[in-house]
Amino acid sequence: MSKKTVLMKGNEALAEAALIAGCRHYFAYPITPQNEIPAYMAKRMPELGGVFLQAESELAAINMVMGAAAGGARTMTSSSSPGMALKQEGISYISGAELPCVLVNVMRGGPGLGGIAGAQGDYFQATRGGGNGDYRNIVLAPGNAQELADFTVDAFDLADEYRIPVMILADGFLGQMSEAVVLPEPTGKTFEKDWALTGAKDRNKRLVASLRLAEGSLEAHNLHLQKKYDSITQALRRFETYKTDDADYVLVAYGTSARISRQAVDRLREAGVKAGLFRPTSLWPFPDKELHELARKAKRILTVEMSLGQMVEDVRLAVEGRCPVEFHGRAGGALPALDDVIETVMRFEREEVTHVHAS
Amino acid sequence: MYMRPESLENVRTHYCAGCGHGIIHKLLAECLDELEIRQNTILVAPVGCAVLAYKYINVDGLEAAHGRAPAVATGLKRARPENIVISYQGDGDLLAIGAGETLHTANRGENLTVIFVNNAIYGMTGGQMAPTTLEGQKTLTSPYGRNAAEVGFPIRACEMLDTLEAPAYIERTSVHNPGAVRKTKKAIRKALEYQISGAGYSFVEVLSMCPTNWGVDPVTGASWVKDAMIPWFPLKKFRDRPAENAEKEAS
Ligand SMILES: Cc1ncc(C[n+]2csc(CCOP(=O)(O)OP(=O)(O)O)c2C)c(N)n1
Ligand code: SF4
Ligand SMILES: [Mg+2]
Repeated sequence: MSKKTVLMKGNEALAEAALIAGCRHYFAYPITPQNEIPAYMAKRMPELGGVFLQAESELAAINMVMGAAAGGARTMTSSSSPGMALKQEGISYISGAELPCVLVNVMRGGPGLGGIAGAQGDYFQATRGGGNGDYRNIVLAPGNAQELADFTVDAFDLADEYRIPVMILADGFLGQMSEAVVLPEPTGKTFEKDWALTGAKDRNKRLVASLRLAEGSLEAHNLHLQKKYDSITQALRRFETYKTDDADYVLVAYGTSARISRQAVDRLREAGVKAGLFRPTSLWPFPDKELHELARKAKRILTVEMSLGQMVEDVRLAVEGRCPVEFHGRAGGALPALDDVIETVMRFEREEVTHVHAS
Repeated sequence: MYMRPESLENVRTHYCAGCGHGIIHKLLAECLDELEIRQNTILVAPVGCAVLAYKYINVDGLEAAHGRAPAVATGLKRARPENIVISYQGDGDLLAIGAGETLHTANRGENLTVIFVNNAIYGMTGGQMAPTTLEGQKTLTSPYGRNAAEVGFPIRACEMLDTLEAPAYIERTSVHNPGAVRKTKKAIRKALEYQISGAGYSFVEVLSMCPTNWGVDPVTGASWVKDAMIPWFPLKKFRDRPAENAEKEAS
């Protein structure tokens, strides 16, 4: 049977993909620009015998996720930036207790209430963690509705495999845009959850907690977590490259910024400028070694973001001074203009030529 | 003869002499034994002196962030309706930082049981003012006595939840003397029975002693519950929907 293409909003594609992945417990509090997700879940969950619950706050929603995850369920919450800020406490506890779950942030501009248009100002929050303590979450960065669906299915498997929260970091433009999607198939992977709370019947009792008071036990736990994070860093650095093989100028962007950057690469190529795009699809772990390799051959790197410079710090860490790292960003719900991105690279080209002539 | 309930671990607790938590743990454990639900129960522990409750009660345990136990319990119960889910919380946990979760979990009529240990103070952090600290009561953060004009009156949880339509069972009891202890056990048992039968949200508030942070000996602690707490927090069955419904049907 040939797979059917459907036209869906990004948010809806993500919601349907969660159901395909077997998520039957979804908890959230309304916020723009992700409202299509709870609306979709409210409709579909009862059809599937699943649980949709509109929580009284994002604080409650993330803690409901914690409870459902502890019970062994595949569970998800979604929100947008200000709501994601409220979830940080729960994310820290879930990380400490090593529970699997999927978190979705359809970002909007900030700080504070900010605006409702798409933005990428929560990169730090997502990759560094806004909660307390030494923890990491896997952060995936889709670039279109298809990836919103595909990455979500994958996120549930990754969460179960590593017992870790996996965040889908999207933005309002991706969430709202309608695009053609081939809905993914379930992966069929199953994970034994021999830690889940099911009642201590014919076995010793189990405990899901983040408190560790006995001397040395917390550091031992931290080291255990770190080992897990290290192995994820080895296994999971994800990215896509576009025309980078011979690129003098490598644009680095994710999500909606990457869509604009890709167009810029095409236009620059038409103008005879050797530009390429490096698009991280995992933001933690960040594909640093791979970017570093590209930087060895490139003249300059341009990071393009819908923020005033967050991922650029990871880019600089990855590049380690191999070539100059420049930045172009727009914030507050504005999109980087295609012409501005192109002109920035054109300026690099002019400067490089002048530089060569002068030397 | 004293028998340790099977649901109670044979370990020393960290509770102070004269503390109410230990008594309430034992009552809960006895009820789990009697109802034969130990192997099916999951206890959600709060942040407060009872943070290690899961060490003392021989059931699966889940530890929630401060105040979030009802939300965690909601998610857990929704994922595992076949299990018995108990949220055990102190007054700071339940009425201050977690007031929102408390109210909405009750309002949804979640089929779970909340055991609320009201000791009129923040025990774990060394004796600060709680939402249930009485007028004039001195604590670390109300050193001149709670001044209602400035910080409001102590909140009555049962009365507040009794304004909601959904809860099935709401009762306030105490553990300051043997008679009160027996009534508390009955209330906890009833609350659990209602969860087992799927009647919905059950809430038992237990007035409890914190002699350490009240700065008194255990005996004085018990009389303070009677003399100071009960007048403001009357012991009462506020609601018993299943019994009321049965009565209606019978008449
Ligand atoms: C978010 C957060 N804020 C503050 C604390 C510190 N804290 C721990 S227990 C507690 C109060 C507990 O009082 P109560 O709920 O009445 O329980 P009790 O110890 O009296 O049984 C506080 C403020 C914390 N652990 N987490
Ligand atoms: S501080 Fe108070 S509540 Fe805590 S264990 Fe001691 S007596 Fe009990
Ligand atoms: Mg207290």
